[in-house]
Amino acid sequence: MSVLELTKENFSQTIASGDTLVDFWATWCGPCKMQSPIVDAFAEKQSAVKVGKVNVDENMDIAKDYGIMSIPTLIAFRDGEILNKKIGLSPIEEIEAMFQ
Amino acid sequence: MNETYDILILGGGPGGISAALTAHARGRKALIVSNEAGTSALWKAHRIDNYPGLVGMSGAQMLTAMTGDLKKLEIPVVTGRVTGVMAMGKSFMVSVGQDVYMASALILATGSAQPKAYPGEAELLGRGVSYCATCDGMLYRGKNVAVIGLSADAAEEADFLRGIGCKVEFFDKNRAKRYEIRGETSVTALAADGAEYPVDGVFILRDTVAAGVLLPGMTMEDNHIAVDRSMRTSVPGVFAAGDCTGRPYQIAKAVGEGNIAALSADAYIKENQS
Repeated sequence: MSVLELTKENFSQTIASGDTLVDFWATWCGPCKMQSPIVDAFAEKQSAVKVGKVNVDENMDIAKDYGIMSIPTLIAFRDGEILNKKIGLSPIEEIEAMFQ
Repeated sequence: MNETYDILILGGGPGGISAALTAHARGRKALIVSNEAGTSALWKAHRIDNYPGLVGMSGAQMLTAMTGDLKKLEIPVVTGRVTGVMAMGKSFMVSVGQDVYMASALILATGSAQPKAYPGEAELLGRGVSYCATCDGMLYRGKNVAVIGLSADAAEEADFLRGIGCKVEFFDKNRAKRYEIRGETSVTALAADGAEYPVDGVFILRDTVAAGVLLPGMTMEDNHIAVDRSMRTSVPGVFAAGDCTGRPYQIAKAVGEGNIAALSADAYIKENQS
């Protein structure tokens, strides 16, 4: 499944139904550059979970709403509710476990 | 994505340099990530009397001679602090500030400074506690933050935070001895020698990020990295050398271990590629 770029225009609507993984990142963050290809690989591997990325630099409001204080942060949403939250680098197995 | 190396060495002291020289001799493309030489404990050593061939040299002279070898052999050195390591099966990704490097094997030669966490630090990591001003600073714009500046470049990083709009309370090495980070679900205050500062974030800037933080699950022994005779750690593809593996904290021991670690890393890459 392709990776969605999430902004305030499409964020709420995207996470509202089903399972969604959101990667909070920024261009100035080295570890985020390591997380990004792993999130891409997760998106490619399966189709049950939607995958989106939020550039916190351009979407401070979303970052604030979800209390993002360190990046990379991954949040697993189920029907709009937070199912799991992981701060720091996460390998693909841990991402998969977030929805189990 | 940045360049790919065979062996990435964390630490530019005698252990790391020895590992780099051996890696180079084995035809491996090596990269050293290191702090400035002047920040190391060895740099301040007045006189060293038990290293063969160089008896009587100061620590600074010896380190200068050793880093000179790297220049001679054109082995690259990146100045900076490693902020993240990710094992990817057959390779590793390592972030240094905003840059990312790839390598087939890692050698940890990070020195004797294995930082001890402050009360509250581990519990609130990522929830107000950060090791990386450039990574997380933007998330604290307009907020009160404390910087515990133990590394050489800490003042610069504090300036960076001020520049992007954080209100910074700066603690240099001498300002306080005991710290405690307070908060339930996220940081609310820093206590420094008993005085409480209400803050939303605490940036802890040390010369070395603890090995156990970089590679969660790596086996430690008495606050040192556990290794076998081949300098293998408990994480496949990761080797260690020098003071970070334990006493004695001696240059000769670090150099010997660096040599073994590089040979083991070379053998590991050979096995892994076939």
